[in-house]
Amino acid sequence: MSATTVTDEPPTTAASPVTRHQDRSAPATTRTVIEPRSGWQLVDFAQLWRYRELLGFLAWRDVKVRYKQTVLGAMWAVLQPVLTMLVFTIFFGRFGGMSHNVEGAYPIFVFAALLPWQLFATAVTQAGQSLITSNNLISKVYFPRLIIPFSSVGTGIVDFAVSLLVMFAMMAWYRVPFGPWLALVPVFFVGTVLTSLGVGTLLAALVIAYRDFRYVLTFLVQIWMFASPVAYPLSVVPEKYRLWYALNPMVGMISGFRSALLGEPLPWGCVAVSTAAMLASVFVGLLYFRRSERRFADII
Amino acid sequence: MSEPAIRVQNLGKQYQLGAREAGYVTFREAISGLFTNPVRRFKSLSGRATEDESFWALKDVSFEVQPGEVIGIIGHNGAGKSTLLKILSQITEPTEGRVEIDGRIGSLLEVGTGFHPELSGRENIFLNGSILGMSREEVRRKFDEIVAFAEVEKFLDMPVKKYSSGMSVRLAFSVAAHLDPEILIIDEVLAVGDQAFQNKCLGKMSGVAESGRTILFVSHQMAAVEAMCSSVILLSEGRIKARGETSKIVERYLRGVSRGEMQPLQDRRDRKGSGAVRFESVSFSDGRGRSVMSFQCGSPAEIVLSYQNHSERELRNLRVCIGIDNEFGQRVLLLDSKLVGRDLAKVDPDGGTVRFQMPKLALLPGCYHFTIFSTLNGEITDWVKNAGFFYVEGGSFFVTGQLPEHGDGIVATEHEVYFEPAAGVGRASDPPTSERLTTEPASSETVPIVS
Repeated sequence: MSATTVTDEPPTTAASPVTRHQDRSAPATTRTVIEPRSGWQLVDFAQLWRYRELLGFLAWRDVKVRYKQTVLGAMWAVLQPVLTMLVFTIFFGRFGGMSHNVEGAYPIFVFAALLPWQLFATAVTQAGQSLITSNNLISKVYFPRLIIPFSSVGTGIVDFAVSLLVMFAMMAWYRVPFGPWLALVPVFFVGTVLTSLGVGTLLAALVIAYRDFRYVLTFLVQIWMFASPVAYPLSVVPEKYRLWYALNPMVGMISGFRSALLGEPLPWGCVAVSTAAMLASVFVGLLYFRRSERRFADII
Repeated sequence: MSEPAIRVQNLGKQYQLGAREAGYVTFREAISGLFTNPVRRFKSLSGRATEDESFWALKDVSFEVQPGEVIGIIGHNGAGKSTLLKILSQITEPTEGRVEIDGRIGSLLEVGTGFHPELSGRENIFLNGSILGMSREEVRRKFDEIVAFAEVEKFLDMPVKKYSSGMSVRLAFSVAAHLDPEILIIDEVLAVGDQAFQNKCLGKMSGVAESGRTILFVSHQMAAVEAMCSSVILLSEGRIKARGETSKIVERYLRGVSRGEMQPLQDRRDRKGSGAVRFESVSFSDGRGRSVMSFQCGSPAEIVLSYQNHSERELRNLRVCIGIDNEFGQRVLLLDSKLVGRDLAKVDPDGGTVRFQMPKLALLPGCYHFTIFSTLNGEITDWVKNAGFFYVEGGSFFVTGQLPEHGDGIVATEHEVYFEPAAGVGRASDPPTSERLTTEPASSETVPIVS
């Protein structure tokens, strides 16, 4: 529905003896218009900004509940990438011979990739199911629905932060030099978050529209990992295919992140293609979500 | 103030039926559908329903609400009340029409939305407040009031899963009650908690009503509607049937017969029995002397039959029964004067009334038909099958205000649930889901609230 809010009316004075404070979450007078929307709607960023507190609360709730419920708590955020790294090092690195294709130590090579990967995988899986798990909110309360998949990225980010500390410890252990190139790390972090938001939002809407998609989701994420340079370096992919390969936005984000962290030269071509792919995924994801949004309450 | 707070124009909501509506279209079907029938697939993707598989939950609804008015919306189940509220709350989108609302809207369609059992009471207050639309600052300001109203000071930092059901429900209501918008839209959330708390809730709601806010209030409790609303809109089958001054419209609603008009009892010819005593009319009451058209599960219910003595003399030993059938024709209840030991020893020459009083109606929501059967000195005097019908609406049979889903039983029954450890095992090692359902604040065990 197009809820256009316009503040041009003088404040309606309700005959109330209760003094009401100016609430920053919504202007004092708002005019809301509700009517059937046309198919394609743009994202109302102003509205999203107004609801930022709710976004924060939902993300905080997910993180808090997650850590209260698991026995290992914060340990889980670290255990997963560490164990994956071990398994990959043994099977891909040693037995598979991947370590020969990699400059420097294979374990740290893998771990550096696992950081953005886990962020993406967790965020996208949570976002994909977010609308279903929050279905009672959707049917009872109004707020911009984009908040739901957006807030589910929160847990992934927290896990990322915890793992980053372990990463720095490992870098010290392997005597990887810390240098000015580390300034690029936040850039790729943001890129990964944006990719997660785009893909996650798209998947969230798809899962509502097609219920069996929920099961496709886990499989999709699994395959996606192998299609991304986590266990293997970019160099494994032949030059002529490399730019096509970079259409997978995680290719640029992971390689870029890893290179920035370990001080290696950045694969600019791939990063550029992946960034374009990332922007496209955000665009498509948000647009598709907005279009199917109006039927959520009816279908769920 | 001539500018209406809410202006609704020609509002309509069409629902699609069938697989698409249920959302059970699978991805596989969608892809194959693209090949087999691309045109149809495109049309349904765009959200336009085809005529044969849809129905209109609301049609041509138009009305205006002035600032400060308290308007009630009444009507039978399925009349479209909840759909109207959902559209006004922007939860679902209208198919046609337009609504303009001036002012901040607060919607209370449910109590405790978003409550998470793992979080503490304090955390849930902030979470729920934010979900309802309050800023963190606002919640902080009202925090003490909210806690005091809910009477949960001592348990604030315990996870909500450890609260008794009564406490969780009180806390949820308390947060909702402190929502402070210019326009409040309420859907039947008043009947929660025990009697004392319900009175508190009603008091708070009346306070809000008197404070000058604009309120749209959907309820089946005619008493609450009459107490708080200055005017009322009657919805029927998705359209506005009437609008006007509360007592007039409520009376019209109570007297009106919606679907399946039954022939008035006195005109029925297909009755059996000697006819010495004949039942002439039926009415329903809520146990407090107020006439109603439908009952509420958990509330007192009265069926009143009035009869005439058609024989010329005084008669002895009248027994009257009402057999209540559900929509499947199953006999679910029998009310019988003989069962409760109350045969009428002698019948007045003029006639009289028989009042069947159920202190706490156990019938689950639905439509019920009833048959009247009576004997005089053992001889059948009047037997009218399907003499009338009544609806039972949801109500607070249980303290949580919840009831079993439609189809999950015919009646509700009072019950208590106790979870106990095996003998010899200490309490401390109990898994967190071990709980005792009780209405007192339990220091140890817990019950999950709807999250």
